[in-house]
Amino acid sequence: MEWETVIGLEVHVQLSTKSKLFSGTASQFGAEPNTQANIYDLALPGVLPVLNEEALKHAVKFGLAINASISKTSVFDRKNYFYPDLPKGYQISQLDFPTVGKGSLMINLEDGSEKVIGVTRAHMEEDAGKSLHEDFHGMSGIDLNRAGTPLLEIVSEPDLRNAKEAVAYLKKLHSIILYLDISDAIMAQGSMRCDANVSIRPKGEIELGTRTEIKNINSFRFVEKAINYEVQRQQEVIQDGSRVVQETRLYDAELNETRSMRSKEVANDYRYFPEPDLLPIVIDQAFIDSIRETLPELPDAKKARFVKEFGLNDYDASVITNNRDMAEYFESVTRDSGDAKLAANWITGDLQALLNKNNWEITESPIQAYRLAQLIARIKDNTISGKIAKRIFEGMIEDSSSVDDIIEEAGLKQVTDSGEIEKLVDEVIDNNPDQVQQFREGKQQVLSYLVGQAMKLSRGKANPNQVNQFLRDKLK
Amino acid sequence: MIEKTVAEITAALNAGDISSVELTQAYLDRIIRFNDDLNAFITVCTDSALSQAKKADEKRAKGDTSPLLGIPLAHKDIFCTNGVTTSCGSRMLQNFVAPYDATIVEKLYQAGVVMLGKTNMDEFAMGSSNETSYFGPAKNPWDTARVPGGSSGGSAVAVAADLCAVATGTDTGGSIRQPAAFCGITGFKPSYGRVSRWGMIAFASSLDQAGSLSKTAEDAALMTNVMAGLDRKDSTSIDKPVEDYTASLSNSLDGLKIGIPKQHFAEGLSSEVEQAIREALVEYENLGAIIKEIDLPNNHLSVSVYYVIAPAEASANLSRYDGVRYGYRCEDPADLEDMYKRTRSEGFGEEVKRRIMVGTYALSAGFYDAYYRKAQKIRRLIKNDFVDAFKEVDVIIGPTSPHTAFEIGSKTDPVTMYLEDIYTIAVNLAGLPGISIPVGTAEGLPVGMHIVGNDFAEAKVLNVAHLFQQQTDWHRFKPTAFEKES
Repeated sequence: MEWETVIGLEVHVQLSTKSKLFSGTASQFGAEPNTQANIYDLALPGVLPVLNEEALKHAVKFGLAINASISKTSVFDRKNYFYPDLPKGYQISQLDFPTVGKGSLMINLEDGSEKVIGVTRAHMEEDAGKSLHEDFHGMSGIDLNRAGTPLLEIVSEPDLRNAKEAVAYLKKLHSIILYLDISDAIMAQGSMRCDANVSIRPKGEIELGTRTEIKNINSFRFVEKAINYEVQRQQEVIQDGSRVVQETRLYDAELNETRSMRSKEVANDYRYFPEPDLLPIVIDQAFIDSIRETLPELPDAKKARFVKEFGLNDYDASVITNNRDMAEYFESVTRDSGDAKLAANWITGDLQALLNKNNWEITESPIQAYRLAQLIARIKDNTISGKIAKRIFEGMIEDSSSVDDIIEEAGLKQVTDSGEIEKLVDEVIDNNPDQVQQFREGKQQVLSYLVGQAMKLSRGKANPNQVNQFLRDKLK
Repeated sequence: MIEKTVAEITAALNAGDISSVELTQAYLDRIIRFNDDLNAFITVCTDSALSQAKKADEKRAKGDTSPLLGIPLAHKDIFCTNGVTTSCGSRMLQNFVAPYDATIVEKLYQAGVVMLGKTNMDEFAMGSSNETSYFGPAKNPWDTARVPGGSSGGSAVAVAADLCAVATGTDTGGSIRQPAAFCGITGFKPSYGRVSRWGMIAFASSLDQAGSLSKTAEDAALMTNVMAGLDRKDSTSIDKPVEDYTASLSNSLDGLKIGIPKQHFAEGLSSEVEQAIREALVEYENLGAIIKEIDLPNNHLSVSVYYVIAPAEASANLSRYDGVRYGYRCEDPADLEDMYKRTRSEGFGEEVKRRIMVGTYALSAGFYDAYYRKAQKIRRLIKNDFVDAFKEVDVIIGPTSPHTAFEIGSKTDPVTMYLEDIYTIAVNLAGLPGISIPVGTAEGLPVGMHIVGNDFAEAKVLNVAHLFQQQTDWHRFKPTAFEKES
């Protein structure tokens, strides 16, 4: 039987605000345990929550970026459960009236087509602390630094049909969030977390199959692997004549498998009810408009502009605009060098390879935009050839001096002196009588061989255009 | 001097007739002498009280005549006080010392009060008799075999027996007004949102409101002047200017329209209490007021609604007492679940556990609509009854409680106890200001009259109460056993 996979993602994003969702404590990653927890975060008797308006602005900003409906009135609720790292014994979240309603975003599929993925809702909630199980001699330690950190939970429609689409969706979400500058969204650090709801059904069936929720997926790669594993498992379960059980499963990256969590942890009645310590959040159109004004140009719009304004192809435009810093880098190189095409080629080629190899972000690149622009400028004014430029590029990684100094020092300045080039050409003609003969007999292709010989003789420094011209003149 | 009102004491302090240190010492002496009998205080702060009094005297010597400067007061043990134990009447917090002051504690300190100590209360404010306190019940000074009412029983006893000049309290369903009625003093609950809840240990967040227990409405006005106001730390506190509540105390009541809810003069009301209230109404007629019967058709549902909403909120509010970070933790827990279960079984008393169970049930999947949601709808109906009533009348008057103080241990059925607040609960559900003032006695025990105002009509309620106290001296009546200074 042919199966269809149905996936919906629940993505938690830690909003990068100066302080927590309901208290004035800072929320930096990696601080000493319990140094970022005040009396509210500790849930001492008598404390009360006060909404951090910055978090609300971030949530609205996200909603506007995915063309979602923004609720003029939204309500916080208490989600009740006992856990040592949940100090109040309830989490303040939003159930029936989330701040962000239905929206959508576009993903690019491998075959170059696009697909719209629906976002059901996005709501604000506070994060829990962390339980530490090592080094406490049979007891557990509690670190409440993270407790109360603002989260935006973004819930997708079950519109994703395979693991690759899920990854594309997650990457698009990641890209938008970084563009909006509302979160670090670093999966490895947990500032972006993904739970996947996965089910399968016979192709053509409309009814959804029983889903499982996969938790603990902390990289883009694992999203794909975990979903593929789970789809395979569900198919085997059904083909064995059993039923898929609705449950929460934990992804184990080391074993690459999903495992059922104990049912006790799953069967929770959270007893949601409206948070009486907070009034409903009421916002007006002016507030929404003022946030709309702060929206940056988003990846899709930027991509379209790069294609139109700079003549980039779809692929290059996609790769470059996927990352806001990359796009800014590109625009800066283009502005300074005056050549968008070369800028795109260098960025998607050598520079991207360099970054990948070293696992660097574009902002960490040892070759800053203005230096890459200088390099491209030297190609354009014929100081160096494209081939030499690749060697200079390598040099620029270690050497932070100016591009011109590096070219000078390496003695790799292009030879453009016509006397010297003429000498080179003469030597090539003398050394290759057979090829010269062939050319004269009309075999045009031989010319490039002869140019290559001249280039080799100059150790790459001769200007290839000039060599070409001299050869043609002399062999007439 | 200890039997005087705050206003009178302030005049004496300003005149130099007595110092705050002398006054504080006099109250401390009485606490030492009578607290064993009355159990009004859980904690007494002798040294810090005297040093605060000394500072107040120094300020006064420099010309400071602030209204509450040097006034010895007691806080209900529900308000967090930096460095002083805040038990909330519970074993769970028996040794809990807050590292911060509640907003009203801070405001009153800034006004220059002297804190004598923390008063007894029903555990987590859940009770109408003070009998649920882990520290044993406070005793009614009119008859120590009787309850003082609750939950702010300790504060009511302390004021009635002159163990302090004035006290703070909290009122979720009648917890200031009912004990004030039972102890023959004035208990004032402002509108919901008028006084900050920051640092006040939560019972039912949408109903809890801080207020005062005092000898007169004038003293309540002086306290409210300091306690009221917007607090950015409490998102439910109201951004509305605070009036000077003493300014309009003596406004004429000529033409005042008083509504008498027929539901509050029906079956269950003791005839002697009714008699006292009816006589008080005659005083108002003499002052030019017009009495009119009104209908609060949904009033009879208020106790049922309250006992869904309040426990539901409480069930979540009390989840933080888990033995993890502070408060009571059971001995040698076997594992996490054992720690939760035993800590909460041993740390909470019966009534608190009952309400957590009721609240948890009301919020459970499958029961939420039938209980919590329905209760919220009826709450709106109850509020609307008041909205309609206040289109026709200025204040609503009735008995605070159906009877006078009952004997300790006489009400063992929880539902009978819940019906104690039948006249006061609707006011919390509607968020309105209400006051109880003494208007007579029945078989030697005080009778309280309940005056309710419209939203944020604190000034009107205090005015109506004050003018009665100008005409009568029921507020001067004292329980004889503790009458004289030592």
